[in-house]
Amino acid sequence: MTRLVDLPTQEHMLPGNRACAGCSLGIGLRSILKALDGKAVMTVPASCLTVIGGMYPTSSVTVPWLNVAFPGCAAAAAGLAAGLRATGRDREMTVLAMAGDGGTADIGIQALSGAAERNDDFIYVCYDNEAYMNTGTQRSGLTPAGARTTTTMLGKRENPKDMCRIMEAHGIPYVASTSAVFPDDVYDKLARARTLRGLRYVHMNTPCPSGWSFEPRDSVTVGQLAVDTGLVVLFEVEGGVFRLTGRSKTLAKRGKRPPVADYLATQGRFKGMSPEAATEIQRWVDGRWAEYLRRDAAGATT
Amino acid sequence: MSISILTGNDAAAHAARLARVQVVAAYPITPQSPVVEMLSKWSDQGDLQAELVRVESEHSALTVCIAAATVGARVFTATSANGLAYMNEQIWWAAGARLPVVMCCVNRALAAPWNVLNDQQDSMSVRDAGWVQLYCRDNQEVLDTTLQAWRIAEELGLPVMVCYDGFLLSHTVMPVDVPEASAVDAFLPRHEPIPVIDLARPRNVGPVTFADPRANADGVICHGYMELRALHQEALTRALQVIPRVERSFAALFGRSRGALTWGHLLDDAEVVLVAAGSIGVELTVAAEALRAEGVKAGVLGIRAYRPFPAEALRQALQGRRLALVFDKAMSYGHEGPICSDVRSALFGAPGAPPVFGAVAGLGGRDAAARELAEVARRALADLDRGVRQRPAEWVNLQLEERA
Amino acid sequence: MGTRDCQHQIAMSSPAAGEAGATGDWRTERPVLDPALCLAQKQEKEACQLCWVYCPDLCIARGVPPAVLLTYCKGCGICAEVCPTDAIAMVPERESAAAAAGGAR
Ligand SMILES: Cc1ncc(C[n+]2csc(CCOP(=O)(O)OP(=O)(O)O)c2C)c(N)n1
Ligand code: SF4
Ligand code: SF4
Ligand code: SF4
Ligand SMILES: [Mg+2]
Repeated sequence: MTRLVDLPTQEHMLPGNRACAGCSLGIGLRSILKALDGKAVMTVPASCLTVIGGMYPTSSVTVPWLNVAFPGCAAAAAGLAAGLRATGRDREMTVLAMAGDGGTADIGIQALSGAAERNDDFIYVCYDNEAYMNTGTQRSGLTPAGARTTTTMLGKRENPKDMCRIMEAHGIPYVASTSAVFPDDVYDKLARARTLRGLRYVHMNTPCPSGWSFEPRDSVTVGQLAVDTGLVVLFEVEGGVFRLTGRSKTLAKRGKRPPVADYLATQGRFKGMSPEAATEIQRWVDGRWAEYLRRDAAGATT
Repeated sequence: MSISILTGNDAAAHAARLARVQVVAAYPITPQSPVVEMLSKWSDQGDLQAELVRVESEHSALTVCIAAATVGARVFTATSANGLAYMNEQIWWAAGARLPVVMCCVNRALAAPWNVLNDQQDSMSVRDAGWVQLYCRDNQEVLDTTLQAWRIAEELGLPVMVCYDGFLLSHTVMPVDVPEASAVDAFLPRHEPIPVIDLARPRNVGPVTFADPRANADGVICHGYMELRALHQEALTRALQVIPRVERSFAALFGRSRGALTWGHLLDDAEVVLVAAGSIGVELTVAAEALRAEGVKAGVLGIRAYRPFPAEALRQALQGRRLALVFDKAMSYGHEGPICSDVRSALFGAPGAPPVFGAVAGLGGRDAAARELAEVARRALADLDRGVRQRPAEWVNLQLEERA
Repeated sequence: MGTRDCQHQIAMSSPAAGEAGATGDWRTERPVLDPALCLAQKQEKEACQLCWVYCPDLCIARGVPPAVLLTYCKGCGICAEVCPTDAIAMVPERESAAAAAGGAR
C-alpha cells in the first residue's frame, strides 16, 4: 500500500474552487487524479462536482473535462472511449466518469448498467455523499436509513441500494469500495484500475459537512468512523476475487468495531433517531460485515 | 455510380458508410430499426470501420454521439418518434454544445396511443432546439441529404437532423444512385476538428455559465449564456447560405440537384401554391398536376430546410400568389400546424403576400393521397372565392363527423 | 469590448486557481502552524505531511515544515484535526488579524 507521505506531489486540481469548506470530495479527487497521473479525461453529470469543476470561463482542474446531462455520465464515458479509439488516441488518456450517488444509483443507473454490460472501457467513480447535495440535500437511493433530508424530514425509512453488488452482478473486471478520506486506499484502487481494461467501478464514500450536518473540520474523522463502524467497507473485487483492503482489513483482523451509534451521533442528519432505528441499522451493518468477512476469507483461499 | 434499389433506411445507412463515420450509436425503434441493423451488419463484416456502441437507450445513443463528437470523431445516430422524445434532453445538449452530430429522424407518430406509422410530430416537436432540420422527398434525397448533412454540420458546428417519412420512404424501395466511395471522399473530406479534449490544453467543456459575461484569468471578458445563444442563432442564420452552397458543390460533383432550402414544382405561374415538407410533397405535385388539368394554376413549394426557416425564400416564392395552402403532418396542439404558423409569420406584412390556409394531414399514417389533397385545395379555393381570408386548418380525411 | 473578442464558440473553460475568487475570504478561523511541534520540522525531513495529504483545497504546500496558502485556505480546520501533534491551531480570524496588526505596530 502506498504510504500517505509518498503520494505524488503533482496536483491536478486548483485551489480557490467552489467546494464547501471541508468537502471531502476535494481530498478524494486529488488522489484519483494523481493515480491517473493527470492523463485522464473526466466526464461529469449535474452534481456538486460540476460546481467544483468551475463556472465558465475558469476550470478548477488541469485535466480535460466534459460536462454532461444528469442521466448520461456512463454513456458519455462510453462515447469518449469510442471517440478516442476511433481517432487513435485511446492510449493517451484514461476515461474517468465521475458522478454522485444520484447520478449513479438513480437517474444514471440505466446508462451505467448498459455500459457495464457492454464492458465499455472506462473507470467510473461514484462519489457517494448520500443525497442530492447540488439541489439541496434531497434523498437518493443511496441515502442511509434514518438520515433526514429535505425530502425525508422524519428520516429515510429504506436502506440504501448496494451499488457495488449491483455492479459486481454485471461481471465487470473491477469493483471497489473506498472512502475519500482514505487517500492511500483511493490512490491504490485507482492505480490498480488504471492498469485494467473494460469497465472499472469504484464507489467512494464522500463525507459532506453541509448535507450531513457536521463541522467542516470533522470530514476526515466522520469518514474514518464510517469505516471503523463497518457502515462503509473498503474492499475490491477483481476477477471475481473479493478482498478487504486497508483499514477494513485491519478491522477484520482485530475483530472489534465501534458501535454504529458512535457514528450516527456525529451528524445532525441522524438527530432524533429512535434507539430502535439505530439498533436496526446496527443489525443491518453487522449482517453485511459478516458477509464481507465470509467473502474475504473465501477470496483469500482462492 | 450505380443504381441500386433501396429503401430509405438503406439509403441512410449507405450515406453513413460512405461518409466513413467513426462512431455510431443508435437504439432500435420502428421504423428506424433497419438502419441500426444494417450498420451493425456492415461493422461485423468489416465493411464499416466504425466504433459501434450498441446502447441501451436513445438518451445514451445521443450522449455517446455527443461525447465522441467532442473528441472529434464523425458520428451518426438515427431514431424515430418516442426515441427522439426520449433523447430530448440531449437534443438540446448537442445543439448548445455546437457539435456536428448527424442524425436521421425516420418520422413517426408519437404515442399515446401507440402508432408506428408516419407523421412528422416527432421532429417538429424539437424544431426549437437549434438543430438544422432537412426534410427529404424520396430515397435519393435521403442519401444525398445525409451526405450533405456532415458538410453542413462540420462547417457550422451544428447538429443536423435529416428527416424522412417512416414507411413511406423508410420501407419503400426506389432506385437510388449510390455514389462511389472515392467521389464521396472528394465531397466530404476527413473531419479535422480542433481538439477540445487535449491533455496539453485541458479544457472544461460545457460548464455552468452565468447570465452575464465574466472575465477569465487573463482578464479577457468571456460570454454569458445569452451571448452563446446569440452565436448559436448566428450559426443557424449562416446555415441559410451554407446549405445552398453545399448543395451546389454536391450538384457539381454528382450531377444532381434537388433544391437547396426549398424546391418547387410548376411554380412559375402558379396562383395556388401547395406548401409542405417531406414525401407528401410528391403527392402534392400529382395533386397540382390534376388541378392544372382542371384549369387551376397550382404549383408546389417544398420545404427542404425547415430549420433554419427559409423565410426570405418563402416571401419571394409566395409573393403575388392568390393562396398559400400549407400541409402539416404535425400539430402544435392548441394552435395550428407548425409549418403553417411559420409560413404565416414569414409572410406577415410582406407586400403581395397571399392568404395562408392550413391543412393537417396524414397523422399516424392516415392516407393523404394526391386525389384527397387536390380536394382540399378545391375546397380552399372555394372558400377563397367566397371571400374567406382566415380559417381554421382542415384535418384531411378526418372521419369524426358523418359526411354530409 | 464585446465578448466576441474571447473567440469562444462554446462554453469552454481554462484552468486557473481562484475560480470562486480568493476563497480565503470565506475563512472565520485560520490555521496557524507551530513549527516547534511539527514532526517534519523535528525530523528535519518531509515526514508526516498529513496536513498536506488531507487539505481538500490544496492550500498546504509540502515542506519542512509545510506552509499554508492563506489566499485560498477556506479555514475548514481539517489540517488541524489530522495533525498528529496538534502543531496546527485554528485561530479566529479577528484575533489573528489583531495579532498581525499588533505585530506591525
Ligand atoms: C434530468 C435532470 N433532472 C434533475 C436535475 C436536477 N439535479 C441536478 S444535480 C441533482 C442531484 C445530484 O445529486 P448527486 O448525483 O448525488 O450529486 P451531488 O450533487 O450530491 O454531488 C439534481 C436532482 C437535472 N440537472 N437534470
Ligand atoms: S454540499 Fe457537500 S458534497 Fe457538495 S460541495 Fe458541499 S460539502 Fe461537498
Ligand atoms: S500534520 Fe502536523 S506534524 Fe504533520 S507535517 Fe503537518 S503540521 Fe507537521
Ligand atoms: S485543511 Fe482547511 S484549514 Fe487547513 S489549509 Fe486546507 S483549507 Fe485551510
Ligand atoms: Mg450526492
